[in-house]
Amino acid sequence: MKSAVIVFPASNCDRDAATALEQITGSKPAMVWHGDADVPDADLIVLPGGFSYGDYLRCGAMAAQSRIMRDVKDKANKGVAVLGICNGFQILTEAGLLPGVLLRNTGLKFVCRPVEMVVEESQSAFTRAYQNGERVRFPVAHGEGNYFADDATLDRLEGENRVAFRYAPSDNPNGAARNIAGILNERRNVLGLMPHPERACDPRLGSTTGRPLFESLIESLA
Amino acid sequence: MKARVFVTLKNGVLDPQGKAIGHALNNLGFGMVGDVRQGKVIDIELAEANEVKARADLKDMCEKLLANTIIEKYEIELKA
Repeated sequence: MKSAVIVFPASNCDRDAATALEQITGSKPAMVWHGDADVPDADLIVLPGGFSYGDYLRCGAMAAQSRIMRDVKDKANKGVAVLGICNGFQILTEAGLLPGVLLRNTGLKFVCRPVEMVVEESQSAFTRAYQNGERVRFPVAHGEGNYFADDATLDRLEGENRVAFRYAPSDNPNGAARNIAGILNERRNVLGLMPHPERACDPRLGSTTGRPLFESLIESLA
Repeated sequence: MKARVFVTLKNGVLDPQGKAIGHALNNLGFGMVGDVRQGKVIDIELAEANEVKARADLKDMCEKLLANTIIEKYEIELKA
């Protein structure tokens, strides 16, 4: 499986993502600068976590307008798998590749800790190695992860089984609507989630429950 | 021409920062302070003399970048 990680100014999980991808897929991802015009041929494009462009204007808003995103959008529309983690999720919503928006955490605080989640939808290229209802534990590290969309959009996401991950109801770290932690696009080739699966792939980091996400992609895309 | 764009949260969208500011004002003794909403002001210089054209361009800017219309509304003010 060939992968690419997009690097924006102030991305800070790009190397975490690259390390996880290399360990699990066996090949190094291409690291692609935001100012480039094209993403090299890849089965998976990762938009990593961080604080791209210093979260100026709104988190993800500037990165969504960067040059490389034109090609990411084109490739997503052609069916290439795109995974947005944390700031990457924020960028995907600002780019219009996923519905809704990530608001400031209701508690106003930056939350940095592992959270319990439930896999809600295992029928996707990103989640097929999980079982529906399986509990997983990934770290979160964000100040703006409070997923918000109007009720019609939320109903539609749920009706189409596009909520991939939900926070355990007792462990919602940010006030996200309906405990939503991660969602799929209509075509199910784009996943955005706030928690960090790439930081839950090694027993030394306290959890390996992020690994099946990358194994799912290998199974689906290789 | 100069423009001032106000970007504010739509009614009903939670504004925890506004709430925190409201609480702080209450704590400072401003007991009359009720609901507080925080927004943004963006000043833009435009090389455009035609007001109708400027307004149309600014609206486009708001829709494409300055506001996220899922949660925010905007107002445009023009100054000669």
